[in-house]
Amino acid sequence: MSRDYHSKTASVTAATYRAYIVGFFLSVDCTLVAYALVVAHLNTGHQWPSDQVLLPIIIFLALAQFAVQLVYFLHLGHETSPRWKLLVFGFTTLIVAILVFGSLWIMNNLNYHQPPGGTDSYIIKDEGIHK
Amino acid sequence: MSILGRLTPEALQHGPLAAIGLVNVAIAGAVAALVVVGLLSYFHLWSRLVGGAKWLWSEWLTSLDPKKIGVMYIVLATLMLLRGVADAGMIRAQQVLSVGSSHGVIPVDTFQQVFSAHGTIMIFFVAMGLMFGLINLIVPLQIGARDVAFPFMNSASFWLYAAGMALINLSLVVGEFAATGWLAYPPLSELAYSPGVGVDYWIWSIQIAGIGSLLSGINFLVTILKMRAPGMTLMKMPMFVWSVLNSMVLVAFAFPILTATLAMLALDRALGMHFFTSSFGGNPMMYINLIWAWGHPEVYILILPAFGVFSEVVATFSQKRLFGYKSMVWALGAITFLSFTVWLHHFFTMGAGANVNAFFGIMTAVIAVPTGVKVFNWLFTMYRGRVHFNTPMMWFLGFVMTFTIGGMTGVLMSIPAIDFQVHNTLFLVAHFHNMIIGGVVFGYFAGITYWFPKIFGFKLNERLGRYAFWCWVIGFCLAFIPLYILGLMGAARRLDHYDASMGWQGLFIVAGVGVMVIALGIGFQILQMIVSVRARKQNLDTTGDPWNGRTLEWSTVSPAPFYNFAITPGVHGRDPFWAMKQSGHVRSEAPKYQDIQLPKNSAMGIFIAAFAFAFGFSLIWHIWWLAVVALLGIISCLILRLTNDDTEYTLTAAELARLESKNSRKGIRS
Amino acid sequence: MSELKTNLPASRDESKTVFGFWVYLMTDCVLFASLFATFAVLRGNTFGGPSGADLFSLPFVLGETLLLLTSSFTMGLAVLATQRGLKTQVLAWLAVTVFLGAAFLTMELTEFTNLVREGNSWVRSGFLSSFFTLVGTHGLHIATGLLWIGVMAAQVYRRGLGHATLRRLTLLSMFWHFLDLIWIFIFTIVYLMGAVQG
Repeated sequence: MSRDYHSKTASVTAATYRAYIVGFFLSVDCTLVAYALVVAHLNTGHQWPSDQVLLPIIIFLALAQFAVQLVYFLHLGHETSPRWKLLVFGFTTLIVAILVFGSLWIMNNLNYHQPPGGTDSYIIKDEGIHK
Repeated sequence: MSILGRLTPEALQHGPLAAIGLVNVAIAGAVAALVVVGLLSYFHLWSRLVGGAKWLWSEWLTSLDPKKIGVMYIVLATLMLLRGVADAGMIRAQQVLSVGSSHGVIPVDTFQQVFSAHGTIMIFFVAMGLMFGLINLIVPLQIGARDVAFPFMNSASFWLYAAGMALINLSLVVGEFAATGWLAYPPLSELAYSPGVGVDYWIWSIQIAGIGSLLSGINFLVTILKMRAPGMTLMKMPMFVWSVLNSMVLVAFAFPILTATLAMLALDRALGMHFFTSSFGGNPMMYINLIWAWGHPEVYILILPAFGVFSEVVATFSQKRLFGYKSMVWALGAITFLSFTVWLHHFFTMGAGANVNAFFGIMTAVIAVPTGVKVFNWLFTMYRGRVHFNTPMMWFLGFVMTFTIGGMTGVLMSIPAIDFQVHNTLFLVAHFHNMIIGGVVFGYFAGITYWFPKIFGFKLNERLGRYAFWCWVIGFCLAFIPLYILGLMGAARRLDHYDASMGWQGLFIVAGVGVMVIALGIGFQILQMIVSVRARKQNLDTTGDPWNGRTLEWSTVSPAPFYNFAITPGVHGRDPFWAMKQSGHVRSEAPKYQDIQLPKNSAMGIFIAAFAFAFGFSLIWHIWWLAVVALLGIISCLILRLTNDDTEYTLTAAELARLESKNSRKGIRS
Repeated sequence: MSELKTNLPASRDESKTVFGFWVYLMTDCVLFASLFATFAVLRGNTFGGPSGADLFSLPFVLGETLLLLTSSFTMGLAVLATQRGLKTQVLAWLAVTVFLGAAFLTMELTEFTNLVREGNSWVRSGFLSSFFTLVGTHGLHIATGLLWIGVMAAQVYRRGLGHATLRRLTLLSMFWHFLDLIWIFIFTIVYLMGAVQG
């Protein structure tokens, strides 16, 4: 009895030792590389890798690890049609992106136009308004 | 720290009650209790009372039947409607009387609590309650299912809603309510400016109810996607189900934002954090940004199922299939997606630059387009149909008139430059009441009237329904058209007093009359209920299909049996019941029943909600030990329920056959 | 051993529950997104106090990260053992997962306690409020997960590996993996980017 639900659940979990082991080592790699790059950056006094190069790389590594764990640990994409989990996940990423980047855009804009500093703000300087 | 936190007898002393004196009130209460006990004993009513309580407990309160849960939602929402309208009456009275040297009937602080309570109650407890009520009643029936995906969670959602409601009602008696408006903007809602318990009551009543809503969102999303009858593909679903699906997507993705934002405000107030405070690095605008990122989807959550009701009602009462099914589906999807891209239009005036305002202004104008598509499709459905002007259809016509006007004022305000003139005036207030009353309320009234026979087995009185409708429409116009004018004249919202020289009083008087006419409408609705119940034997729905309907719910007897369908129907197209009727639906052989599994009743939802209520109460009053106990209670109940494997019972095929034949012996087709 | 009987075939019943839980996890993503958005907006609001670069110890955080990642892996092994009906292995891997998760949580609580002791608690600034709340919410989820693992282990021990237990362990593993996913972003955005951008 303990063996028969394996086939029934295989379509749901699609879990294998291979998936978890590969997923684990790929994740560790992403983590260590990102960590090493940041430590190098700090040790060289914010010189190498430079800010402009480092930030996109660690974001990319985070997204890569995210994808690895989604596929290898959470088995996303293993459903048969209709792929509801994938669809709901896609919509979630869209909403999260709108919420996070929308908020950043709005709040940045608000801070620019109404800075906590007050009247001597950079908007006056930027737009050349003289008293 | 006292064992009762900051709860003291002062919490019970409000205005007149303080004058009368707490001791006197306690004595009066004790005497009243003795009188009641005496009467019950004298008339030997104890056993009836106990029997009635037991019946209520086992038949209704612990039931996991979504039809029962739906009825309970609607009952509670209606009770809260009475409180909300009473609040509205007080606001109108104050604004009629508080002119020049007079300061009206209510003190300023009370007035601020009244309008805050009015908004909070109407949105969270009336509109959401009516919505989830109808969804519970009808969605499983329309998709040919016996239940929702997670029946226990459904019950828990309802009871959490009730717990939130209990808290906001308790604030009337013990303590005070928020005086910050229904969205409690910081810094006003922070400790520095609202040190009392009011804002905390607001936070916890909607936080608890909100979690209930979120769980329902997940529940119905899964129900619709996974539990449709065989053959019912997505493009064959009734339009009401499509609208609920979209609404539940909005619930699932917007409510977590509310949960997080309320939690952050609570942390600011309880633990001295600085998310939204006016110094120490807090940013109050982030609250406004987040709360509206939830708030805008919320209004679409409310309106989409109402649109769905109208799709059903218009098709049925025009005896014609819904025009433009595919475009309706696309319109719903477009509205759902776009509702996440417009939220800044609620704070155009709060400091964003031109490019940000322009983007959100354009998106707001765009979202009106799919809504317009829907209105035209309903009208095209009526065209060349055989229209029957029953009460539900009247509500639809009232909606078309009022909602379209309100929608147009919305498009007007989508232009930031125009919004700068009318933001936070009565023009805005008139707009959103136009949408919510004309759209949401009329829609749910139509739904309740339309589906009432299916749930209770008899029709509501038509004549009184019509009187109620006319009172609501006329009352609405009288109450809110003056507000549009006042807004354009410069009258701000939430004013508790104004100069006589403004010349506004006349219009406020008209608006006050309007509220009274609406109250008359509600009076007719209550009368309608009483008269209909008394006359039910004469108005029985004997066929299960009182309106010559098109969708699956009309294929059951009325009232629908607790198991919905003895045999899960097979579906071959849209409007499946209409197709069944046209094809002369004759069963060639005796139906083959099978054993079915149904959920057992459960009291766990009630216990969890009771602990949630205690948790909210304890956090409001800083009774920390109680908070810990309540939290442990919730966790224990959850563990007990979720490790229980014995949650269903079997309804045997034989029993099913017996129940079905009983229904057919009553002369009802099954 | 109790078998859950429904009128849906077993796999459809399970897929309904698994999908429902997946939707819940998606809503949790939006909750965390709100907290992340707030953190991103308030990250510079140190009100004259210390920033992330001043406060965070990267080696310490790396240790936490590897602990949590390994626990996600061992949770996967527990699920595999359940599918193969190996009760003792299930209990063993669950125990390892709890140990690693508890170690993670202990490290996190240590970090928090030190910050508070130094006077850098959540009342100090908007930045610190959002830091403690974002990371603390994740920690609360971990604590809930540990409790859940305990309850599941007790169930497996007493009732063995049945239909319902496998379903519940599947949900638990989804929850646990999800928490590691969120941690990836906390690690990157709060700690790594915090250290870089000062």
